[in-house]
Amino acid sequence: MVFVGSDGQLIVPTAVKIVIAGGFGTGKTTMVASVSEIPPLRTEELLTEAGVHVDDLAGIEGKDTTTVALDFGRITINTKVVLYLFGTPGQNRFWFMWDELATGAIGAVVLVDTRRLDSSFPSIDFFEHRAIPFIVAVNCFDGSQLYTVDEVRHALDLDEAIPVVLCDARDRESSKSVLVELIQHSMNRLAAV
Amino acid sequence: MTSREDWWYDEAAGPLVRPYAMVRGRTRPNAPDLHLVTQVRASSFASDQTSLTVEHREIMALCARPLSVAEVAAYLDVPLIVVKVLLSDLIERGDVLVQNSSPKIPDRNLLQAVLDGVRGI
Repeated sequence: MVFVGSDGQLIVPTAVKIVIAGGFGTGKTTMVASVSEIPPLRTEELLTEAGVHVDDLAGIEGKDTTTVALDFGRITINTKVVLYLFGTPGQNRFWFMWDELATGAIGAVVLVDTRRLDSSFPSIDFFEHRAIPFIVAVNCFDGSQLYTVDEVRHALDLDEAIPVVLCDARDRESSKSVLVELIQHSMNRLAAV
Repeated sequence: MTSREDWWYDEAAGPLVRPYAMVRGRTRPNAPDLHLVTQVRASSFASDQTSLTVEHREIMALCARPLSVAEVAAYLDVPLIVVKVLLSDLIERGDVLVQNSSPKIPDRNLLQAVLDGVRGI
């Protein structure tokens, strides 16, 4: 893709993002990988041992630090728009990263494994409290679907307005349709305001 | 022979020596508005690069096409904070152009474009 305008000026695109959230092992990176145009990349933020975000390297060499890894993928929409898909960090103690990820996001997909429904509660709470558009996608790992959409909705105590869909995060078309569902949901939310 | 990575790695200092050396004591980015998806791109009018460090030049080469701050950090394999410091040097010199995203949820036109784009992949 040539990122040069008709007047020969270099185009610096606008970036948008979608957050792929959910508990540990629900298939977040799998979903990113199945739709991304590049193999998922990993970037690291520095944290102090206390879990505080490092935004200044002063004295960092003397502190105990750790890193939090973010996996992400990319879909080039056109020369002016790029979409990034970010998987949330596995451990919930990295909430500050969630805030940065969620700011300005189109919305979030909360991936759910029906064998461990409770692991998706923190993600759902997070997006509900911040009024960020989200949908719930039930990842049917092995093709066997244990519960219906209605049963999942009831078990997660979800508002009727929140879409719940079934998917296979390994499958590109399936993951694509989850993203389409989220973007449409986000557009509907915008229209309703 | 010791690899470059091993050479920098020290039991006591840990893996932070290399990033810390790369920013040469500068501790925070001068451009505060660099976020994960902020788009950066090398200017076609970039100034003389002879005074730049290897890492700065690597960034200039990567940014021949537009990339996010997160992508630059991933490709260079250094923590985000370090890439932000290096990028702000290049932005100050006018060698790198920046496009920040809005902190608000995208508007309808932008969402429609993204929807069409995702359907088309």
